[in-house]
Amino acid sequence: MNAATLFGLCGAALVGFGLYGLVTNPEPLRKVLAFNLLGSGVFLVFGAISKRAAAAGLGGDPVPQAMVITAIVVAFAATAMAIALVLRLLEETGRATLSSDGPGGTSTDGGNS
Amino acid sequence: MPDATVLPDATTAGGVLLVLAIVLPVTSVLLSLALGGRQVERIACVLMPCGLGVAFIIFADVWRSGERLTYIVGDWTPPLGIALRADGLSAAMMVTIAIVVCAVGAFAHADFNTRAAAVETRAPFVFWVMLIAIWGAMNMIFLGGDLFTLYVALELLTFAAVPLVCLDGRAETLQAALRYLLFALLGSILYLVGTALLYGSYGTLDIVLLSRRIHLEPATLAAATLMTVGLFAKTALFPLHLWLPPAHAGAPAAASAVLSAVVVKGSFFLVVRLWFDAMPGTLGSAGAQLIGALGAAAIVFGSVVALRQQRLKLLIAYSTVAQIGYLFLMFPLAFDTVSAQLQSAGALTGGMLQAISHATAKAAMFMAAGLIYAALGHDRIAELGGIAQALPMTVFAFALGGVSLIGLPPSGGFLAKWLLLEAAVVTGQWWWAMVMLAGGLFTSGYMFMVLSRALVPAHEPLKLKTIVPRYQQAAALTLALASLLSGLVALGPVDVFQAGRPEAMMVGSR
Repeated sequence: MNAATLFGLCGAALVGFGLYGLVTNPEPLRKVLAFNLLGSGVFLVFGAISKRAAAAGLGGDPVPQAMVITAIVVAFAATAMAIALVLRLLEETGRATLSSDGPGGTSTDGGNS
Repeated sequence: MPDATVLPDATTAGGVLLVLAIVLPVTSVLLSLALGGRQVERIACVLMPCGLGVAFIIFADVWRSGERLTYIVGDWTPPLGIALRADGLSAAMMVTIAIVVCAVGAFAHADFNTRAAAVETRAPFVFWVMLIAIWGAMNMIFLGGDLFTLYVALELLTFAAVPLVCLDGRAETLQAALRYLLFALLGSILYLVGTALLYGSYGTLDIVLLSRRIHLEPATLAAATLMTVGLFAKTALFPLHLWLPPAHAGAPAAASAVLSAVVVKGSFFLVVRLWFDAMPGTLGSAGAQLIGALGAAAIVFGSVVALRQQRLKLLIAYSTVAQIGYLFLMFPLAFDTVSAQLQSAGALTGGMLQAISHATAKAAMFMAAGLIYAALGHDRIAELGGIAQALPMTVFAFALGGVSLIGLPPSGGFLAKWLLLEAAVVTGQWWWAMVMLAGGLFTSGYMFMVLSRALVPAHEPLKLKTIVPRYQQAAALTLALASLLSGLVALGPVDVFQAGRPEAMMVGSR
């Protein structure tokens, strides 16, 4: 097993953990953290691909590296926005949950039950 | 394949227009941030006619030539550089979105006026900036030629759409916005995983290059599945629709119109790009049937729940869940069992026409619902009596939108459903025809439920809470008429949706 495969597998594991956390955790803050874990896994996979597809004379394929930088910026912005929403929700209601039995949450249920 | 690396792409005559379509909105957003809240509506007023003009010129170019417009950014040809391409699908969607955005802009003048207000408030500023940003992101989605550019555009779209949900800052809309954001983030990260896998396998993300190199292998299938599921979450296809009704029903009317009409079409368009353009031969028969089954489930579930709603805006939001289902029926209907590929024939035209007629009709209906809410102070369906006398133009716009959703002739919705039904008959897939006909019945059911109450004359004249400006009603009616007439585009001598698609067909026959 070479380094690129190892990193690729680590990335895959992180993606799995993150996905599990994002789906199963009920709390928004934990979901945001899980999203970041998932994101790190994807970035690692990009790194592994860059290393694996390295052209002759280059340390790595620069295109995936450029993509990763963009994706990190996007993930950062997404996290900031999610945290801002969680904080604002906490200010308004005193608790930050997504369950609709919270204060004011019942009217948005829309007869979905 | 000797031509696998050489691309016949070069910047075409009208290519600069494609850059303008993206740069104009982005510049306006930056200008708005620099000049502050007072100027933002004025900037939008200048931008909207320009953007509409650019969209129409691109559409006319594509229609006349039947070829796609291309712009190679910085003269770096793919796979190293990035190409912007406008084919028939992008041109038609661009015009539709431009019309909807302009109508929403006219409509929102009353609610989000930044010039007359004594104190500068945040909500109008955010609304205008996000409206322009959504427009820019949508144009980027329609024109982007490689999957990573499309990822960035998709994220821009999400970041612009989420604040619109919670403009009023109430707890329940904040909750809806947060839920929407989490669904959208899950969707985009799944899309990104797929992008990484595709790049790792084929060394390019350019859609044209990819369509020539791609072949069936586990990595391709995994990537395609991940990307599709991610995009389904963003499009709110059943069963990933949970975020949509509270988000769309809780937002202010102008914002709901944009969210329901425009934003969901962005991720839908990417699904079409992915399967029809990037990998036309990868979706097997089973995959096509599965996507169709999800669409059918969305139609049935969304319609039944819509029938049980007591509030008008929630009813319209659930109707969006159902109408999104129709969009995905085109996948099994476009699937050709002989060549095992997706064919760009009648079903594709029908599906895209459905997207266009739904965009215009749904925007009109959300605007009408917003006006009814403003006039009555509530939107309980049971207490709508007399509203048709008080606001005839608004209720007429609502009804015309419903005509297009049901699919009555001569609306765009009629032609769309007719083309899909025809494809279902030709390919011998009668079960999709059943679903479509049942969906039409359900849609008539909930439209009748609303209209029968709205048309009941009131015992005493209604006391309206506010005077609804005429131009707001006219904006809703214009969109409803646009939806009614959108079928004419496809009746023209040239099927504009097929413009610039010969390569996909050629690859298909190989």
